[in-house]
Amino acid sequence: MLDVIGSALVNVLSGTHLLYMLLGVAVGLIVGILPGLGGIAGMSLLLPFIYGMDTISALALLIGLLAVVPTGDTFTSILMGIPGSAASQATILDGFPMAKRGEAARALSAAFFSSMIGGIFGALVLTVFVLVARPVILAFSSAELFMLTLLGLAMVGVLSGSSFVKGLLSCAFGLLLGLVGAAPTTGEWRLALGIEYLVDGLPLVVVALGIFAIPEIIDLLRRNTAIAEVAALGRGWLQGIRDTLREWGIVMRCSGIGCLIGAMPGLGGSVADWMAYGHAVQVAKDKSRFGRGDVRGVLAPESANNAVAGGALIPTLLFGIPGSGSTAIFLGGLVLLGIQPGIMLVETQLDLVYTIIWTLAIANVVGAGLCFGISPFVARLTTLPYTYVAPFMLMIIFFAAYQATSDWGDILALLAIGVLGLYMRRFGWPRPPLIIGFVLAEGAESYLYQAIQFHGWAWLARPGVLIIAAITIASMWAGSRYGRTPIDEGGASGRVRDTRSQFLFALFMVAVFAYAVFDLARWSFLAKAFPLGIALIALAGALFVAAVVFRGPGASLMVFDTEAEMAPGTASLVRYLLWLAGLLAASGLAGFVIGLALFFAAFLHFEARSPLARNALLTASAVAFLAAMSYIFVLDFPRGLLQQVVEMPWPFR
Amino acid sequence: MGNRELGSLRVIAAGLALLVVLLPRGVEAADFKGKTIEFVVPFPTAGGSDVWARFFAPFLAEHLPGKPTVVVKNVPGGGSITGTNQFVQRARPDGLSILGTSGSTQMPYLLDDPRVRYELKDLIPILVSPTGGVVYVNPSLGAKDARDIGKLRGKKMKYGSQGATSLDLVPVLAFEILGLDVDPVFGLARGPARLAYERGESLIDYQTSSAYIRNVVPLVKAGKAVPLFSWGVLNDKGEFVRDPTFPDLPHFAEAYEIAYGKKPSGTAFEAFKAFVVAGFAAQKPIFLPKGTPKDIVDTYVQALDRVVKMPAFKQKAGDELGDYEQAVGPAAQQAMKVALNIDPAARGWVKEWLARRFEVKFDKK
Repeated sequence: MLDVIGSALVNVLSGTHLLYMLLGVAVGLIVGILPGLGGIAGMSLLLPFIYGMDTISALALLIGLLAVVPTGDTFTSILMGIPGSAASQATILDGFPMAKRGEAARALSAAFFSSMIGGIFGALVLTVFVLVARPVILAFSSAELFMLTLLGLAMVGVLSGSSFVKGLLSCAFGLLLGLVGAAPTTGEWRLALGIEYLVDGLPLVVVALGIFAIPEIIDLLRRNTAIAEVAALGRGWLQGIRDTLREWGIVMRCSGIGCLIGAMPGLGGSVADWMAYGHAVQVAKDKSRFGRGDVRGVLAPESANNAVAGGALIPTLLFGIPGSGSTAIFLGGLVLLGIQPGIMLVETQLDLVYTIIWTLAIANVVGAGLCFGISPFVARLTTLPYTYVAPFMLMIIFFAAYQATSDWGDILALLAIGVLGLYMRRFGWPRPPLIIGFVLAEGAESYLYQAIQFHGWAWLARPGVLIIAAITIASMWAGSRYGRTPIDEGGASGRVRDTRSQFLFALFMVAVFAYAVFDLARWSFLAKAFPLGIALIALAGALFVAAVVFRGPGASLMVFDTEAEMAPGTASLVRYLLWLAGLLAASGLAGFVIGLALFFAAFLHFEARSPLARNALLTASAVAFLAAMSYIFVLDFPRGLLQQVVEMPWPFR
Repeated sequence: MGNRELGSLRVIAAGLALLVVLLPRGVEAADFKGKTIEFVVPFPTAGGSDVWARFFAPFLAEHLPGKPTVVVKNVPGGGSITGTNQFVQRARPDGLSILGTSGSTQMPYLLDDPRVRYELKDLIPILVSPTGGVVYVNPSLGAKDARDIGKLRGKKMKYGSQGATSLDLVPVLAFEILGLDVDPVFGLARGPARLAYERGESLIDYQTSSAYIRNVVPLVKAGKAVPLFSWGVLNDKGEFVRDPTFPDLPHFAEAYEIAYGKKPSGTAFEAFKAFVVAGFAAQKPIFLPKGTPKDIVDTYVQALDRVVKMPAFKQKAGDELGDYEQAVGPAAQQAMKVALNIDPAARGWVKEWLARRFEVKFDKK
C-alpha cells in the first residue's frame, strides 16, 4: 500500500498535474471569496473543460477547487460579516467582531492556518478510512442520522444568547422555514402560501445571505464608518498562528467533527461549521467572549469546514453517493472521466484514490498559503468608508441569491428574510439557531419518518441511537456548566424605554406560528405530524414572549432593543430598507443590470456624496463585473418588465 | 457565449436574419459558425441528466455545421418542472437553444401536475436516449431468480422510493402487478435507496442501468443481491423484449410469465407498459423548441445521426449510456409519441390507484 501512496505522490507532482491543481485552487479561492457562490458553482464552471483531459490532471483540477473553497470563503465572513459560502456561516459570529475591532489580520491568519490543518486532517482520515470505512458508513442508518440532526439541534442551547426561549423559537422558525414546500412523503404543498416558488423550499443561500448579510450591511451603513473601528488592520499575523497552535485541542476535535459530518451522506457539509462552533462554546470554561470576537469561534468552524471535504469523499468514492453538495458535482465529474466510483474503484484503482488524497492535502497547503499572500490587500477593504462598499456587497448578494434558482422569488425571499433578520437582530432574537433549524429541518423530518418506516419504534433501541443520544445529553450538560454566552449584538436590555415596536415583533412571531398551525392542520398526517408538533410548541412559546415583553421595560432579559444603544441622530433603519426596495423596483422595471446601475449611481450620489467621475467609474465597474460573472459562469440576471417588452442586447437581457 | 461579448453584433445579426427570412428560402442547411448553443438541462449539475447532457455536448459541437460552442446550462427546480417551463416560455426557435429532459419531466406532465406549463407534444424531439433498470432482492428472502417470485408473495418488503408520483411509481406498479407485499418508504433518491438496501433496511430495490452496473453488480458477485428482472425494452411492434444491456435477465412481462405461467394483462399492466416507456424506454429526449424551422431540425438530426454512428461514440457510450440504440430523428419522434400518448383509461387508473394507495391528492389544473 505504501508504494501505491508513494507513486501517487510522484504522479501528482509530475508533469502538468500540479499546474492544473493550481488552476483549480485559484478558481476555488475566487468562488469561495464571492458570496453565494461556492464549490457547486466552481465545479459547474470547470466540468465542461475536463472532458478529454487526462484523468490525473482533471482530478487535480477538481480536487484543487474542492479543497480550498472553505478556505477562500473565510474572507467575506470575517471581513464583511457575509457568509462567503454555506461552509463559513459560523465564522461570522466571532470573525467579524474581530475584524471590527481591528484584529482582521489575526482572525484571518488563525482561520487560514486552522483551515489548512483541518484540510490535511481530512486527507489523513481519508487515507486510512477509505479502505475500512464501508461498515462504518453502513452502520449509520436513518435512525442514527436522525439522532445526529438532534445533536445538531442541541447546539441551539449554547447559541441562544441571553434568552433561551427566544433561541428555541428562532430555531423553531428555522425548522418551519426549512419544511416549507412539497412534503417529502406526500408532495403536499405545506406552508407555501400558495406560492409556486416556495414549493421547492427556500434555498439555503437565500436564507443565509438574508439572515446574516442584509442586517449587517444595513447596520454598518447606519453607523456610517468603515468596518474596522480601528483604522489599522493590526499586525497579528503571527498571533493567529500562535492561537491555532495553543488551541490545538479544539482544532483537532473540530476537524474530526467536520470529517464525520462530511462522511454522512445526506447530512450536508453546511451544518459542520455550526456543530464545530457549538462544540467549542460548549466545552469552553470562559464563554463570555464568544460572539464578540473570541478566536476560538474562528478556529472551530474553519478547521471543521476544510475537514469536511476529506470526510465527504469517503462515501463519494466508496458508494458513489456524495457526502456534500460539491462532492455531488465531483461525482458527476468522475463519471465524465470514465471513473466509476463505488466499491470497485477502491479495490481496483487505489492509485487514483491516493492521487485524489494527495491532491487534497497539497491543495489545502497551497490554498492557505495563497490566502495568506493576498490577505493584506483584501483586508484593506475593511478600512474603506462603508457607503462605498455597501452597493458592491448588495450587488453581489442579490446576484448570488438569484443564482439559487434563477427566479424572482429568490430576490423577494432574500429581501423578506433580510428584513426578518434585521428585526431579529434589533430585538435580540438570536439568528444562528434559525440557520441551524433551517439546515437540519429536512433531514430531521425525513430521517425520523424513514427510521419509523424501516424499523418501527425499535429504532429507539438501536445501539448507535443510544450512543448518539448519550453524546447529545453530555454535550448539553457540558454547555450548561459554565454559564451563558452573549452571542448577540450587545445587551441593551437595561436601557430600553420603549417596548412597543418589539411587542409588535413578538406579535408577528405569534402570527407566524399561528398561521403555521392553521395551514398544517389541513394536510394529511404524514405531511403535518412533524411540523405541526413544532409549530404548536413554538406558538405557546411566542405567546409567552409576547406577554413578557408586554409587561414593559425591565421585566426580563427578553426585553431587548439595540436601538437603545444607537447614537442619537443615526439614520433610520427604514431609510436603507427603502434603498433596497428602490433597487428591487428599478430591477423589476428595467432588469437587474440597468436597475443596479441606476441604484449605484443614485446611492453613491446621495449616500456617499461621491464625485461624479468616481461615481461613473464605480457604476461602470459594477456593471462590468456583473457582465464578466454572467459570461464566465453562464449565469442569468433577473429580468424586468422592459426585457419582456423589448429584446435587449446582452448583458442587459 | 461567443456572441454575447458583442451585443451590438446581435442586432446586426438579427437584421441579417430578417433579410434571410425575406429572401427566397434555399435548401442550405443551417450554419452555427461562431455561435453558442445553450443546452438547457432542468436538473442540478452532476445529476444523471446533467452527466448525460455533458456527454453529448462535445459530440454535438463537433458535428454541427460551423462547430459551434455547446454549453450545458442547468436550471434546476421543481423536479425539472421549473426549467422546462422556463425553456418553453423563453427559448426561440433559432436552433441556439435545446432542451434535455428526462422521465422525471414526463411523469408530472402525464399526471397533470398543476405546475406543468409545458406541452411536451409541441416540442420537437431530435434524439431519445433509452435506459433500463433492474430489480433485485436481498438473498435472505430465498429467491434465486425470477422463478422464485411466487415465493416472495406474502413476505413484507420495504422499498426506498423517491416519491409516490415520481419515476419510482413504475417499480411500485410492477410489484403490485406481481402481487408482492411491498411497502415504499418515500423521500429516498436512488443513491440513498441503494444505501438503505445495503444496510438491510430495504429488501427490494431497483437501479437504472448505469448505476446497476456500477454499484449493484459487485453486490451480486459478493452474494449480497439477487437480480430478478429488467424492465425490458419495446421492439418495433410494441412488444416487450429483453434489455440488450442485460441479455441474461428476463424482462418484467417474461418474469411474470415464468413465475405465474401466464402473460400479464389488464389495466394495471397496460398502465405499467405506458409508464415504463415514458420513464425508461424514452427516458432522455433532446428537444428543439416549438416552431423550429425544418432546415434547423434537419441539420440537428443529421449531426446526431453522425454522432451515434461514430465508433468512438459507441465505445464511450457503452460505459455511460448502456448498450441501447439511441433513437434519432423520426425514431425519436416515434418514441416520444408512444411515451406521451398514454391511453386515458390507463392514466386514469394510475391516478386512481395512487390516490387509493398513497392518498395522493391531485390538484386541479
